[in-house]
Amino acid sequence: MQDVLIVGAGVIGGSIARELSKYDLDVVVLDKETDVANGTTKANSAIVHAGYDATEGTLMAKYNALGNAMFDELSEELDFPFKRIGSLVVANSEEERKHIDELFQRGIENNIPGVRIIEKDELQRVEPKINKDAVSALFAPTGGVVGPWEMTIALMENAVDNGVKLDLNTEVLNIEKIDGGYRVITNQRDYETKCIINASGVYADKIHGMVAKETFKIIPRRGQYFVLDKTQGELVNHVIFQCPTKLGKGVLVTPTVHGNILVGPDAEDLSNRENLATTAERLEFVKEHAGKSIQELNFREGIRNFAGLRAQPSTNDFIIEEVEGAKGFIDVAGIKSPGLSSAPAIALDVVEIAKKILGDVKSNKNFKSSRKKHYEFITETPEKKAELIAMDRKYGNMICRCENITEGEIVDSIHRNVGATTVDGVKKRCRPGMGRCQGGFCGPRIQEILARELGKSLEEIVLDKADSYILTGETKK
Amino acid sequence: MKYELVVLGGGPAGLAAGIEAKKNGIKNILIIERDNELGGILQQCIHNGFGLHEFKEELTGPEYAQRFIDQMAEKGIEYKLDTMVLDVSKEKKIQAINSIDGYMEIEAEAIVLAMGCRERTRGAIAIPGDRPSGIFTAGTAQRFVNMEGYMVGKKVIILGSGDIGLIMARRMTLEGAKVEAVVELMPYSGGLTRNIVQCLEDYDIPLLLSHTVTDVKGDGRLERVTVAKVDENRKPIPGTEVNYDVDTLLLSVGLIPENDLSRNAGIIMDRRTSGPIVNESMETSIEGIFACGNVVHVHDLVDFVSAESRRAGINAAKYIKNEIKRNEKFIEIDGTNGISYTVPQKFRKENIDKGLEVFMRVKEVFKDVKLEVRSGEEVLMSLKKPHLAPGEMEKIMIPKVFMEKIKTNKIEITIAR
Repeated sequence: MQDVLIVGAGVIGGSIARELSKYDLDVVVLDKETDVANGTTKANSAIVHAGYDATEGTLMAKYNALGNAMFDELSEELDFPFKRIGSLVVANSEEERKHIDELFQRGIENNIPGVRIIEKDELQRVEPKINKDAVSALFAPTGGVVGPWEMTIALMENAVDNGVKLDLNTEVLNIEKIDGGYRVITNQRDYETKCIINASGVYADKIHGMVAKETFKIIPRRGQYFVLDKTQGELVNHVIFQCPTKLGKGVLVTPTVHGNILVGPDAEDLSNRENLATTAERLEFVKEHAGKSIQELNFREGIRNFAGLRAQPSTNDFIIEEVEGAKGFIDVAGIKSPGLSSAPAIALDVVEIAKKILGDVKSNKNFKSSRKKHYEFITETPEKKAELIAMDRKYGNMICRCENITEGEIVDSIHRNVGATTVDGVKKRCRPGMGRCQGGFCGPRIQEILARELGKSLEEIVLDKADSYILTGETKK
Repeated sequence: MKYELVVLGGGPAGLAAGIEAKKNGIKNILIIERDNELGGILQQCIHNGFGLHEFKEELTGPEYAQRFIDQMAEKGIEYKLDTMVLDVSKEKKIQAINSIDGYMEIEAEAIVLAMGCRERTRGAIAIPGDRPSGIFTAGTAQRFVNMEGYMVGKKVIILGSGDIGLIMARRMTLEGAKVEAVVELMPYSGGLTRNIVQCLEDYDIPLLLSHTVTDVKGDGRLERVTVAKVDENRKPIPGTEVNYDVDTLLLSVGLIPENDLSRNAGIIMDRRTSGPIVNESMETSIEGIFACGNVVHVHDLVDFVSAESRRAGINAAKYIKNEIKRNEKFIEIDGTNGISYTVPQKFRKENIDKGLEVFMRVKEVFKDVKLEVRSGEEVLMSLKKPHLAPGEMEKIMIPKVFMEKIKTNKIEITIAR
């Protein structure tokens, strides 16, 4: 019998798995997708919020500030991209100024370090392209941007390095109560476990419903985004939020950790938990509203649009608890924004709950806090570049021409623990296809390398989901 | 490493430039190519129709490329394959890598930029809908089919009637796929007339002008594409949607010059062409750095790329031999009234031998008009044009004799009724 079974390999499941791997426990993580970080973790604003926004007393307020403070050390240990670039909530009128005054007060109540209000002159100086109507802004120096899937892959890889098991393509169909725990029935096989952690994102109410009566509902709330080319990367320096209006929370404009610009999201409640389609109307909405922050946004330099689903809980706060009447079953549900920022802190508390359930838990003496070194060739010094190619010729073979990714990096991403098995899996790990040609040049090469390294045929390699095949057979002879 | 001339790109532009520089007395030349063979995108263009201007015969892409590769070999020009240039500086220092030489720093007296172009993607035009597999740029699909020997789909919609889209409509049909339609946003095709006839009409493939793709559906693989009519502002007209159950969407929605290296070097770009601004010598804003082919502006015919690139090659040679006349009395060329851009964008009379060849594109279809070159109020040249279309690049030769008539620092190329 497993000690702990985690449902969901997103940033929450990954954070908890890695935290649990510090203990001498038998842990397995299940995910229905072909890769980790394939749900909400793959499609969000990639922001580490400072923590002034949530109402005092909520779990969101508690975990956001704590989580935010953990990112420096965590990103250092696990080597994932994180930049504490600071955030601004911009007021475009005296009326909006009242809102940022309120946020400032909340920031003080939530003990957010360094928050202050900056006036027009300073704002124009630190953010020269900001809308000329802007009168002031709430500046939070601890706000930042992160690579959400890189973070999750790093967490999960480190967890697996430390003994956690990961089973992908495994969908939980039902859960039965058995003596001393649960039997988890999946599309692959059954698992027996003492403790279940429900980190299943937009499916958390469904999984909860397999063991207990309904106490909350998850509404998939879709948000749509534009990604702009790196040519636009220097347009803004901070995460730029707008003041909420009657029309909604406003859209954000932010640099990403890799130097693109991200613009979005809108908010739209759906019923379908897999509906990641973008729509012309909503993208237009995002475009229009972004102009309120930055008028010079050049959408002709757009390289991709995407939609993500936030797991909006009917309770409007995170749900983190052992479920009443279902001993050993822990909900980590409704992890909407600021869930990414809160993840490291949530994991600490969830592990405490699990330890209490399991009783006598010993620490893992062999725990290693960092993972095997990986290289980002293009950012290395000339000397290091020469050294890498000398060490492995594949680092001299450039595959992705937009992001400058070498074959060495791609092969490494396939053979690591929690390695890539799909074209998108490679893209998430080392970025080929993230650039402006969107894999036009490198896609076929990535497919070749995957097939070669995994001992598969070219036709077996899929884009992302299990049935997202790319080729339909050989040409006529 | 030191060379007199380094050419970035071993496609048709780079090959022609390199060969021409050699013919003009430059001995120490290096061509750098990032793919595993020379010839560039021609190698995947196995259809014929290349070389009508250059060789007065119809060749396939690989045949056309081979003629240049053979000349290059004959002249003993050095080249490196599988080699990626990471950076070019104003001082003409190049950083490059490959798996054999490792990391290289190369110094050049002159550089020719010949990196070509890339395709616009779904993201660039923001096609709404799901994100399934089965959506390819036409060039990527062409590579799979012609180079790797794999089919990318069975039932196909093609968005964009540029030449690659048209060529791929025929290619997919010949390989047994059903091409349901070629969908074009504009009221006219972006491709050559001969391709519309030979690739669509001959195979009964419908060309839907003033239509676009408004939605794509598919969980794993593409399952359905929605096509709608557009109004005169190119906005979809509600109620005109038609669904096609297809597994493949090919995009031929434009090409963009590939100028990352140029931008990083600090070369001044032209917003209209997305390429460097060049003068009569095909020289960019940095002295001694020349550019030619699709990196400057997107051509329809490789024959014109070759011709333009020879000019870059000759002038790079002249630069190295210090034969370019360096007065800064540039005359600007202003494309107006329906002309979207010209290449070159400016020139110096002193460096023109017989005449100046100017390439241009028009913004819309024109019938029975005149293409005029004016200097102030004076019409220097006037050419009758029965048909002008954005899909067909125009060129005019301004003879040397007219140069003396230019009294201002600007000439205008315009469309007159």
